[in-house]
Amino acid sequence: MTQLALVIDLNVCVGCHACVTSCKEWNTSGWAGPMTDLRPYDADPSGTFFNRVQTYEAGVFPHTETYHFPKSCLHCEDPPCVPVCPTGASYKREDNGVVLVDYDKCIGCKYCAWACPYGAREIDEKQRVMKKCTLCIDRITDLTLAESQRKPACVLACPTNARLFGDVHDSNSAVSVAIREEGGYQLQPEWGTKPANHYLPRRKTRIQIHEDELVRADNPLKKEQLPTPEAGETLDDVAW
Amino acid sequence: MLDPTAHSDSDMGRIEVKETTCYMCACRCGIRVTLRDGEVRYIEGNPDHPLNKGVICAKGSSGIMKQYSPARLTRPLLRKPGAERGASEFEEISWERAFEIMEERLGGIRAEDPKKFALFTGRDQMQALTGMFAKQFGTPNYAAHGGFCSVNMAAGLIYTIGGSFWEFGGPDLERSKLFIMIGTAEDHHSNPMKIALADFKRRGGRFISINPIRTGYSAIADEWVPIKPGTDGALLLAIIRELIQTGLYDREFLIKYTNAAELVVDDPQRDDHGLFRRFETHIEEGCFDPENKLWWDRELDREISTHTPGTDPRLLGSFTLEDGTPVKPAMQLLKERVEEYTPEWAEDITGIPAGTIRRLAHEMGVVARDQKIELPIQWTDSWGNEHDSVTGNPVSFHAMRGLAAHSNGFQTIRALGILMTILGTIDRPGGFRHKAPFPRPIPPCPKPPRGPQGVQPNTPLDGMPLGWPAKPDDLFVDGAGEAVRIDKAFSWEYPLSVHGLMHNVITNAWRGDPYKIDTLLLFMANMAWNSSMNTESVREMLRDRDENGEYKIPFIIVADAFQSETVAFADLVLPDTSYLERHDAMSMLDRPISEYDGPVDSVRIPVVEPRGDCKPFQEVLIELGSRLGLPAFVKGDGSRKFRNYPDFVTNYETSPGSGIGFLAGWRGKGGEKFLKGEPNPRQWEMYKENGCVYHYELPRSYQYMRNWNQGYLEWARYHGMTRYVEPITLHLYSEVLQRFRLAAQGKLPGKQPPERLRKRVAEHFDPLPFYTAPLEHKLVDTHHYPINALTQRPMAMYHSWDSQNAWLRQIHTHNYLFVNPKLGEACGFGDGEWIWVESPTSKVRCMARFTEAVEPGTVWTWNAIGKAAGAWGLSPRANESQKGFLLNHLIAEELPPCEAGDHMSNSDPVTGQAAWFDVRVRLYPAGAEEPKQTSPQFEPMKRLPGQESRRGKWQGYFAGRFRRKKEK
Repeated sequence: MTQLALVIDLNVCVGCHACVTSCKEWNTSGWAGPMTDLRPYDADPSGTFFNRVQTYEAGVFPHTETYHFPKSCLHCEDPPCVPVCPTGASYKREDNGVVLVDYDKCIGCKYCAWACPYGAREIDEKQRVMKKCTLCIDRITDLTLAESQRKPACVLACPTNARLFGDVHDSNSAVSVAIREEGGYQLQPEWGTKPANHYLPRRKTRIQIHEDELVRADNPLKKEQLPTPEAGETLDDVAW
Repeated sequence: MLDPTAHSDSDMGRIEVKETTCYMCACRCGIRVTLRDGEVRYIEGNPDHPLNKGVICAKGSSGIMKQYSPARLTRPLLRKPGAERGASEFEEISWERAFEIMEERLGGIRAEDPKKFALFTGRDQMQALTGMFAKQFGTPNYAAHGGFCSVNMAAGLIYTIGGSFWEFGGPDLERSKLFIMIGTAEDHHSNPMKIALADFKRRGGRFISINPIRTGYSAIADEWVPIKPGTDGALLLAIIRELIQTGLYDREFLIKYTNAAELVVDDPQRDDHGLFRRFETHIEEGCFDPENKLWWDRELDREISTHTPGTDPRLLGSFTLEDGTPVKPAMQLLKERVEEYTPEWAEDITGIPAGTIRRLAHEMGVVARDQKIELPIQWTDSWGNEHDSVTGNPVSFHAMRGLAAHSNGFQTIRALGILMTILGTIDRPGGFRHKAPFPRPIPPCPKPPRGPQGVQPNTPLDGMPLGWPAKPDDLFVDGAGEAVRIDKAFSWEYPLSVHGLMHNVITNAWRGDPYKIDTLLLFMANMAWNSSMNTESVREMLRDRDENGEYKIPFIIVADAFQSETVAFADLVLPDTSYLERHDAMSMLDRPISEYDGPVDSVRIPVVEPRGDCKPFQEVLIELGSRLGLPAFVKGDGSRKFRNYPDFVTNYETSPGSGIGFLAGWRGKGGEKFLKGEPNPRQWEMYKENGCVYHYELPRSYQYMRNWNQGYLEWARYHGMTRYVEPITLHLYSEVLQRFRLAAQGKLPGKQPPERLRKRVAEHFDPLPFYTAPLEHKLVDTHHYPINALTQRPMAMYHSWDSQNAWLRQIHTHNYLFVNPKLGEACGFGDGEWIWVESPTSKVRCMARFTEAVEPGTVWTWNAIGKAAGAWGLSPRANESQKGFLLNHLIAEELPPCEAGDHMSNSDPVTGQAAWFDVRVRLYPAGAEEPKQTSPQFEPMKRLPGQESRRGKWQGYFAGRFRRKKEK
């Protein structure tokens, strides 16, 4: 069975929010829309977003790390939001594993939001239905779009290409390779929800410079007949 | 609910897809706009566009909410008779009436004294037109926002390497191995930098961020090196010292391509002290570096003409010429200069441990030396030497406002340019790469007028409003050596103010110093709020009256698309269009969007109809230029020359038959030429057929080493991009600066600075970079105000533009002052509490947010999130005005009185760059009895005639149904 998912690379996410608003602009006028905004031009605006970027700090100055953490529905393989739904509105597609809500059946009871350990659901207070990330179901299955365009809006938008999209059940897919080779992990696997979305961790690149590499035989100071630094003696100077 | 897989989005309504160029920030990405029943359904990145390659940012995707914003202006407005300026009391008028008012007023000014008309513009991307209009009108009082943005970056690098960051060049991250970003740089560039940075990291490149704050790009750095604001120069000089001391510099590069080996007269008694020794006294007049200088030959042990084949010159040492003149190579002078700048010295100033500074220098030097790139590309240098390959040292840098927005920024950026130069990284793979039309001569050719005689009634300006002085005689001053421009640019106060000083225009005009003006036209510049320093006072100046009860600035015209704070202070308001409603040209004559591999320019073509009576500002200028009979806009008989702006872009040539116009692509009668060629009547169509972008990819052999690449330089001259094919030698040592210093010391004949400025010019026009604390820090009590305060631009907002955007304002609804917990505790307040931030200028009340990602001596906030109540289409209760705050209130536009004068701009003394980041503050808790509201507050701005009525409590945008529903 196919399980579509996102793999989000925290090593390159700069927290620009491109995924947040590209999601909103595609979905507000699409199958899952509109994405309503409460008090759009007044105090305390609050609207529906399927995807949000949170920022965390770890460590104490000067050893501080800043993490940008995009979060949306993880399309769990065993989604706790589905069995709690009293009307069957919350469902997982069999053909591609995407978790969706049928607004016609939804009564806005919020059981699913309580069941979801990731806080990934968004109630639309105006329409009184629960909404959530659809992985842009109306893009990725639209055969009238070019194949390169059959991706979630957030994936197409992301300037750092931090969002990979594909089938995590296909071991040869780019997402499976990334998970396998780059240390991909799930959020809170101990809850047994088997989130389909994965995250890739930070990786650090360091340069090791040995003291004896600083001065080479061709050090340009030699051309100026100035003493080269003492640490810089090489075989060229002493061997015969 | 319908099965989502059973239908296509394109089945809903009538779909059109159009291509144009984004303008949600100054980045200018290519976009595809999908319309459903005429409403914007989806804005996506154009995958075929060289700049953004299909991606789009948070702002770009939110263009829909800008298009349908309730802050849009839709009618020309005139201040009501008797209404106070600033009260937002307007009446709607017709465009015809607006043009009559402007024609009469500006026509009168032009016939009498054209400099009484001042035109200053914000982030307009149309300086090719606005600058030309000012020149044609005959006023020197024109600039765009560069003076308060990053002119130090432009000037500091262009006066050193003939190019600069962002539009003019940048780091070659595709081939770089080590990348260092210094200071706040998120503001420029947006998507291209994100794309390149992520790819760079994936390829295993090492990324070091040197910044007081760790957010945005710095978050993903492999190493964060916190630094105290305004001390970057000290760090860079200490790194340069370590590289020279260790011999980690690219000797061959320095000799061949820079003035490092050129001999400088070293005798303080002589009038030519500090100038290069030249073997001819006659210097051909031209803006290039004549090759009449000397090297010291190692073998012959005597002077010899530079670039003599087979010669290996000395870089270091002290010599005496045959005629007895004592000289030193420029590199020796640099070595002596940095002698005192030890890592230990820099540690005290920057807060970076000396060991870290040494390690940074070693990483840069060893990567540059040991990981050399060699590409099999043949090229020929300016001296006729053929090379089988292009080589590069893969260390690159990026910096922007963090370095620029300090009063010591010019010399700091000179130091950065010199660091990049001694590492041998200029226009080479893996290092810094130019973008056309750069490199340009050091400095570029255009010059401002030379004196008051350049301004004459009914006559175009004799010179360019903005230019590049190369010597004191290029300054725009009167007989007493004082300023002719209202912002005092190109005077001895700020001699190399190549982008003007927009931040001082209102204060100077209000004071009548150097003179009173009549009409100030502001185009999309929010000078009554986030684009001014000392905002509260500036707002008072805008409505201050003289003894006769007349406004001190008699007439203010504001052209903008939105209800900004500044609109309230206008006498006449001109409603501009949105970027989706107009034609634009991202011109080679301004700041195009070129790539490293060749010139690129682009256009906007309307995708939707303008709202209400909006008119593109370009059309306003074409109409005004025609009505006023400005020579470029009328035929010989005085009749109108151009139908409209698109017609102007197609047919305008910089001079009759020059073949150079606003757009570089598809020139020539049939579109067969580029850069230079006759006007092509189908040029707009050809841009449209090609995604609104023109990209010329240079032959590989012309893509590198362009300062000295004979093939490239000849190509550039052939296509009219440059006037000279002379090599553009890098100015490790700046003789240009030394000429100003000699004048200040009374050693150079010609224009002389006023006495009060001699010391200042002599100090700051140092031909070699030096470190000095920012000017303001020397003039205020830094014990009483111990903290540095900075702003950053969030990636999801473009300055003040996006609080009116329903989606983006939910990301940044109000701003906090970010404070290190140790500092907060020391100041007696906790996380989330209301506090006062006080500077010598003013104080603001705001909320504190604790963060470990800032060095403890610095506080910072997001720029321009705070708004005046009622502005930008927001409710007066909106978070932006009640909890959000503006740091600008704290920042003085003028320095405290000092030896140089009582009203010196708070700016870099070389370039006039606004020193936003020099401000010092103290923090203390707000009283428990005080309102939980930001201070200062202002009378809420009223809704304007023609502006949409308030939107409801709920808004659910659905393309195709949104406006229809609203109109019901």
